[in-house]
Amino acid sequence: MAEPSTTLSPASSPEAPAGRRAGIGDALRALELDTRMVGMIGALAVVWIGFDILTGGAFLTPRNLWNLSVQTASIAVMATGMVLVIVTRNIDLSVGSILGFTGMVVGVLQARILPEIWGFDHPLTWVVAVMAATAVGGAVGALQGAVIAYLGVSSFIVTLGGLLVWRGAAWWVTTGQTVAPMDGLFKRLGGGFEGAIGAGPSWAVGIAAILLSVAAILMTRRRRAGFGFPVRPLWAEGVVILLVAAAIAGAVMVVNSYPLPIPVVRRMMEAQGTSQLLATDGGLPFVAHGFAIPVLIALAVGVGVTFLSRRTRFGRYVFAIGGNPEAAELSGINTKRVLVMVFGLMGALCGLSACIATARLNAATNANGTLDELYVIAAAIIGGTSMAGGVGTILGAMLGAMVMQSLQSGMVLLGVDAPMQNIVVGLVLVAAVYVDTLYRRGLK
Amino acid sequence: MTALATSEPLAATRPLVEMRDVSIAFGGIKAVDGVSIDLYPGEVVGLLGHNGAGKSTLIKILSGAYAADHGEIRVNGEPVHLTSPRDAKRCGIETIYQTLALADNVDAAANIFLGREKLTPWGTLDDHAMEAEARKVMGRLNPHFRRFKEPVKALSGGQRQSVAIARAIHFDARVLIMDEPTAALGPAETQQVGELVKQLKQEGIGIFLISHDIHDVFDLADRIHVMKNGKLVGTARVSDVTKDEVLGMIILGKCPPGAVPGPGAAA
Repeated sequence: MAEPSTTLSPASSPEAPAGRRAGIGDALRALELDTRMVGMIGALAVVWIGFDILTGGAFLTPRNLWNLSVQTASIAVMATGMVLVIVTRNIDLSVGSILGFTGMVVGVLQARILPEIWGFDHPLTWVVAVMAATAVGGAVGALQGAVIAYLGVSSFIVTLGGLLVWRGAAWWVTTGQTVAPMDGLFKRLGGGFEGAIGAGPSWAVGIAAILLSVAAILMTRRRRAGFGFPVRPLWAEGVVILLVAAAIAGAVMVVNSYPLPIPVVRRMMEAQGTSQLLATDGGLPFVAHGFAIPVLIALAVGVGVTFLSRRTRFGRYVFAIGGNPEAAELSGINTKRVLVMVFGLMGALCGLSACIATARLNAATNANGTLDELYVIAAAIIGGTSMAGGVGTILGAMLGAMVMQSLQSGMVLLGVDAPMQNIVVGLVLVAAVYVDTLYRRGLK
Repeated sequence: MTALATSEPLAATRPLVEMRDVSIAFGGIKAVDGVSIDLYPGEVVGLLGHNGAGKSTLIKILSGAYAADHGEIRVNGEPVHLTSPRDAKRCGIETIYQTLALADNVDAAANIFLGREKLTPWGTLDDHAMEAEARKVMGRLNPHFRRFKEPVKALSGGQRQSVAIARAIHFDARVLIMDEPTAALGPAETQQVGELVKQLKQEGIGIFLISHDIHDVFDLADRIHVMKNGKLVGTARVSDVTKDEVLGMIILGKCPPGAVPGPGAAA
C-alpha cells in the first residue's frame, strides 16, 4: 500500500535522504505538523463519517454542518478562555451562570432600557448590548479572579460559589421573567438566515483568511531564515499552505451550498423590487446562507485568543505559570495580576457567548447557559488541555467543542434519547482523556 | 559587626552587597536571626550550613522572594528595598535556584527570557530574536546544545542547569547567587560550572555560593560564611581555616582562631 507514495515523496523533495522506506516518515516530519492536532482532526473525521453512514447520508449535508457550526459557536467561544484558565492550573465552574447573568442584563438593556432612550431597532442598540455584555462578564470574571489570586481561595471553590451566585443574580435581574424579543440587528448574532452573510461576503472572508495565513507562514519563514535557523523545505511549506487554503475554501463551499428557504428568498426578491424577474422566469434563484455570524465571531475569538496565548507576554506568562508557578513568581512575573486577567478574559468571553446564546434563542431567560460549564470544560479537555496545567491549545479546544456537538447532533439525527446522549458524551470525555494520557506517556 | 575586618585586602573597594542584622520568622520560628554578611566585587563567598540552617532562606531574602522582617540590605552602598524578585533583578542580583525554577513546559529561550521578553515593535513576542540570543549564550555554556525547540522538561539535568545559568548571566548580573549549583550534575558538568564561576569572577561579578559540599566551596570560594540554626557562626578566609575547622563550625557552631565569630558561635 505504502509503496507508490514512498516513491513519490522523495521525487518531490530534493532534500529527502535516499532511504525509500523512511520516505513517508521524513516527509511528515518535514511538514512539522502537530501530531496530536492531526489526531483530533482524524477523530472528528471518524465521528462525522461514522454518523453519515449510520444516518444514511443525513449527517454530512451542508445544512447539518451549517447548523452544527452555529450550535458549536457559543461553547467554542467560552472554551478558548477555559483553556487559559485550566493552563494556569485553575478551573472556572461559573461560566454557565455568568452567561445566564450577563444574558439577562443584555436582554433587559436592549428590550427595556435602550428603547426608552432611543426607541426600538436603533442601529447602535446591538453595539451597546455587546459592549455591555463583555464589560459585565469581564468585571464578574475579574472579581472572581481577584478573590482567587489575592485572597488565595481556590478557584474551584470561588467559581463553585459563583455558579450559585450568578445564577441567582440572573433570576434577580427580572425576578425570573423571560425577556423577549431581542433587537432586530442583535438577533443576527445568533445565526438563522438573517444571521448569515451570504455567498459573496463568505468568499471574501475565505480569501482574506487564506491570504493572511499564507502571509503569516511566509513571514515566519523569512524571519527564521534571516536568523539562519532551520526552515521547512520549500515543498513542505507549499503543502502546508495548500492544506490551509483547501480547508478554508472547503468551509466556504459548504456554507455556500446551503440555500436559504424558498419563502425567504421570495420575500427578499420582493423587498428588492425584483419580483418582475420572478414572474417571467418562474423559478427562484439559489441564494446561499454563507457563514453564520456567530460562527465568524467564534472563529475571530479563536484567532484572537490564539494570538494572545502565543505572541504576547500575557500568553507566555499564562503558560509559564501553568508549567511552574513558583518559577514564574521568581522570574519576576506578577502572577496574581495575570490570574485576574485570565479570569477577566474568561468572564468577558462568557458575556460574548451570552450575546450569541440570547440572540439565537431570541429571548433572555434566567436558565440560559445551565450546565454550559461542563460542556466548556469538556471541550477544553477533549481538545488536549491538561488538568495538570501548562498544556493546551485554543484550536484543540474549539475542535473539542465541535466533537461534542457532533456527537450530540448525530445522536439526535439517529433518534437517540436525551439520557443516552449524556451517557455517550460522558463516556467519550473519559475515553478522550485516557487516550491523551497514553499519547503523552508514549512521548516520554 | 567587625566581620568586615576579614576582607582586609579588598577593604579599599566598597562591598557589592551588605546584609546587616537581617531576620525573618515563619510562624514564630526564626529561620534567619540577626545575620550580617557581605560580598565584594570579583569575590566568591561560600555560604555553608546544615539543611535548615537558614542559608536558602537568607538567600531568598536577597533575591527578593521573601521580604525580611528586620534588617538592612545595601547594594553598592545604597540601601535597597527588595520586595519582589523584580526588585532584586533591577539591582543586578540574579539567582540560580537549587530547584532551577524553570517553567518545564516551554523551551530554553522562553525560560531564559521569562519575565524579560524581547518584543517586536508591535509589542508582540519576538521569539526569533530571543532564540537567536539564546543560541549565543547557550553556545558559550554548553556548545553541544541543539534542542532549542523542545520544552525544557525533555532536557537532561546538565542541560537544564545550563538554561538556568544562562538565564542568570545573560542580563549583566553584578551579583550572582548560586544555590547548590552542582547538586544535580555529574563530575564533568560540575567542573564546567567551576570554570564558569572563575570566569565570572574575573569579570568582576560577586558570587554567593550556597552548598553543603565543603570541597566544592574550598575549591571555588575566597571566603565563607557559616550558618547554624538561623544564626551566623562566623566568617573566615578560606586560606585561614582548615576543612575540619569549617566542619566544626557547621556541626558544632565552634569558631576556630582563623575565623571571626558571629552571634551564632558556640561559647
